[in-house]
Amino acid sequence: MVAIASYPQTKTVTSTDRDIYAPEMGTIIDIRPLTALEKVFTIQLPKGRSLGHRPGQFMEVSVFGIGEAPISISSSPSRSNGTFELCVRKVGDVTTALHNLKVGDKVGLRGPFGRGFPYENFRGKDILFAPGGLGLAPLRSLINQVLDERNLYGRVIILYGARNPGELLFKDELKAWSERDDVELMLTVDRGDETWTGNVGVITTLFKYVSIYPRNTVAITCGPPVMYRFVLMEFFGKGISEGNIYLSLERKMKCGVGKCGHCQINNVYACQSGPVFPYKEIKGLEEAL
Amino acid sequence: MAPLYYSLTTEEQNVSLTILSKTAFQDFVARLLPDYRVVGPVPHDIGYSFEEIHDPSELQMGYPTTILPPKKWLLPTKETLFKFTRVNGGVIEDPPETPPTVILGVHTCDLHAIQLLDTVFSSGQYDIHYMERRKKTLIISIECLAPCDEHSFCKDMGTLTADEGYDLHLTDLGDAYAVDVGTQAGAELLQKYSSSTTATKEEIQKLNAVISAKWPKFSYRLDFDVSELSSIMELSMKSPLWEELGNRCLACGSCTNVCPTCFCFDVKDEVELDLVTGQRVRNWDSCQLDDFATVAGGHNFRASRALRQRHRFMRKGKYILDAHKHLGCVGCGRCARACLVDITPVSTFNELYRQQEAGSH
Repeated sequence: MVAIASYPQTKTVTSTDRDIYAPEMGTIIDIRPLTALEKVFTIQLPKGRSLGHRPGQFMEVSVFGIGEAPISISSSPSRSNGTFELCVRKVGDVTTALHNLKVGDKVGLRGPFGRGFPYENFRGKDILFAPGGLGLAPLRSLINQVLDERNLYGRVIILYGARNPGELLFKDELKAWSERDDVELMLTVDRGDETWTGNVGVITTLFKYVSIYPRNTVAITCGPPVMYRFVLMEFFGKGISEGNIYLSLERKMKCGVGKCGHCQINNVYACQSGPVFPYKEIKGLEEAL
Repeated sequence: MAPLYYSLTTEEQNVSLTILSKTAFQDFVARLLPDYRVVGPVPHDIGYSFEEIHDPSELQMGYPTTILPPKKWLLPTKETLFKFTRVNGGVIEDPPETPPTVILGVHTCDLHAIQLLDTVFSSGQYDIHYMERRKKTLIISIECLAPCDEHSFCKDMGTLTADEGYDLHLTDLGDAYAVDVGTQAGAELLQKYSSSTTATKEEIQKLNAVISAKWPKFSYRLDFDVSELSSIMELSMKSPLWEELGNRCLACGSCTNVCPTCFCFDVKDEVELDLVTGQRVRNWDSCQLDDFATVAGGHNFRASRALRQRHRFMRKGKYILDAHKHLGCVGCGRCARACLVDITPVSTFNELYRQQEAGSH
């Protein structure tokens, strides 16, 4: 077991007159279908207030009468303009209810919660992103933050895998990234179709096409639970150090405030100490990967 | 701490020690009833429970243990976080207020557990629901003079007495209670609602005798000192015992349901039949239930009963201590009584200790 030394569980007491479980209402100002299962919701906070989030953080989103679910923030702070985006897969009760909402409808919001990416520390370095499936949703926040201050970073390499071409998210942005000469984007799908001319195979099959300078590279991954240990092996195989590897871990963040217990990874509350972790902090946690 | 020794010279007497005769105690409770919701141990067919009383005669202060801990009056099995109306996306309003409450007859193990809960809900993100209820609650605890039963191991866990966490603390002297005042609120309660007297030299001698007679009645049941528990747990992550417990465990959640220190919860929405109004509630939850750590996509991050039992005991013996500086187990023995397959903290902790001594893993 390791202590999360650099990010201890906060002991600073928050305001004693605010209800940490009471959502405030935001307004859906745009809904964009991405795939058969995913939609992007653009949400405005009351009075056009900025969310003030960090890439990698998440929100607790409520549809009253159905419930509340944790959803990662998909837009970057650099593009906030008083709004933020949530990429929502229709997979449970709350997300199905969200998919049934229309522009102008309101949702309950709490957050942002958790620890995001310390992207200021990535400046001057090359960044290797390896999102899988819906894992692109939280990483897109960081990718766009980096692209909006592009000259502060070294190479931007994105290896993105989905199960099939129809499940690739943010296709318009993938196209725009592929057309930039300062972004190296490679896509793969587990199973192709008649239109697919790219790589076929799981995400780890892309790593052989990439050469990096490991001492100056930060590697970041987020994806389905099964993916992490295989992608980690590829990161290690590239010579990237444990301290330069960041993972965003999915857990059942029910309360978001370090109380309800559902998101615990051994002794660590993922909603407070995560969902973004440097690998060196979680490698000793039996339940992490 | 509840007084182990009091000076017998009057000039050194602890001024906070007062005496309530048993009759005066009944009067005290009766006088509280109009102004407070009064909760205390009440006998039932299958055991005792902390219930709201309406007459002092309902109380049985000399109870062995209760099925559920007094926790349920601070963190209810189900509570409304807020009410909502599904109009224009949703309008929310505050939950109903809790009345001022006095909990009587809290054993010192449960007192220690409440101190942990106070820390959990007041530190980090401040939980206004628990804390508002807590602020309106006065606790009158009682010194245990004999073990509840063979499952108690409060002496090992250092919870056989308590030196804080109560407003008033009672020790049964036979025909009267010695009352130790813990807080200003407790002193005011005693002053306003009771006709207590200052302890006489004889009463202090009696208290000494009662307390002295108590200690030997409790036995040590752990094979090691509790200060070693955290390190024993840390080295037990890969113990074969977890698989064995997992094979026996029924994943019923009884252990966590009766635990005074468990505080994990579930949150869900309930809608009235009008489909417009409703409430968001939190219910007690259990890390022993199968889907506790299952995410929407279907992956269960603690899919086996072995891992869930390990998680439970790690919380009790280590995680909670590390995070909150209070042990996550207070030795009350309720989980041992409730378990249908005899998984007990004493046998578990002792077996982990034995395995380590034997270097068997």
